[in-house]
Amino acid sequence: MSLAKPAMRGLLGKRLRFHLPIAFALSLVAAAAFKYGVTEPRKQAYADFYKQYDATKEFNNMREAGIFQSVRPTGE
Amino acid sequence: MLFSFRMLATRALSLVGKRAISTSICVRGGHGVAKVDDYALPAYFDRRENPLPDVQFVTELSAEQRSLKEKEKGSWATLSNEEKIALYRISFKQSFAEMNEGTKEWKSVIAGMFFFIGMTGLVVLWQRKFVYGPVPSTFESEWKEKEVQRMLDMRINPVEGFSAKWDYENKEWKK
Repeated sequence: MSLAKPAMRGLLGKRLRFHLPIAFALSLVAAAAFKYGVTEPRKQAYADFYKQYDATKEFNNMREAGIFQSVRPTGE
Repeated sequence: MLFSFRMLATRALSLVGKRAISTSICVRGGHGVAKVDDYALPAYFDRRENPLPDVQFVTELSAEQRSLKEKEKGSWATLSNEEKIALYRISFKQSFAEMNEGTKEWKSVIAGMFFFIGMTGLVVLWQRKFVYGPVPSTFESEWKEKEVQRMLDMRINPVEGFSAKWDYENKEWKK
């Protein structure tokens, strides 16, 4: 019958003191995960692709496949 | 003078009892009084956002309850725990814990949701068979093969996407 008096004040402050650090930490973790899981691999993939890229060779292959309208394949 | 007359009238009303106002409306100016319907009087309801309703729950007190109310006018330290609970139940129907407890309604809600989604699925199947015409010619296998070949020739997304998965040397998809 004699319950303890419930907390009447400082409820928002208590909630913020608990939740805000967690929110900040989780946001930082999410940002770091995206950076190192997505953007860094993507930058590396592009770097690797263009390291061995020969534009003229690719152009000639595409030309022979017949997709351009300005230059037809050699032989036509 | 008018002020004191009004005060005496309200004191008289509060003596008669909370719900019996309809039988003792003071008549003023010699006119008749409209009958007050039950729904127009202050009502009791259990709501979390309105914790102290306008009237108490039990309207006609038994003899035991009346004597308890008399005892309440004295020192509350003399009241036992059962008497305190009895006084609470006179004023209120359900406690906050009782009024806030959940129901089993969510099961009916989920069941209804599944039922209507199922009905919609049947309607969609029927539509697909009896209402819609044929799909465009660009969905045929030969067309799709030519489409894929052209996309590879054009080197669509060669770094991370479509053409990146094709092995141009061996003319096959990369493993």
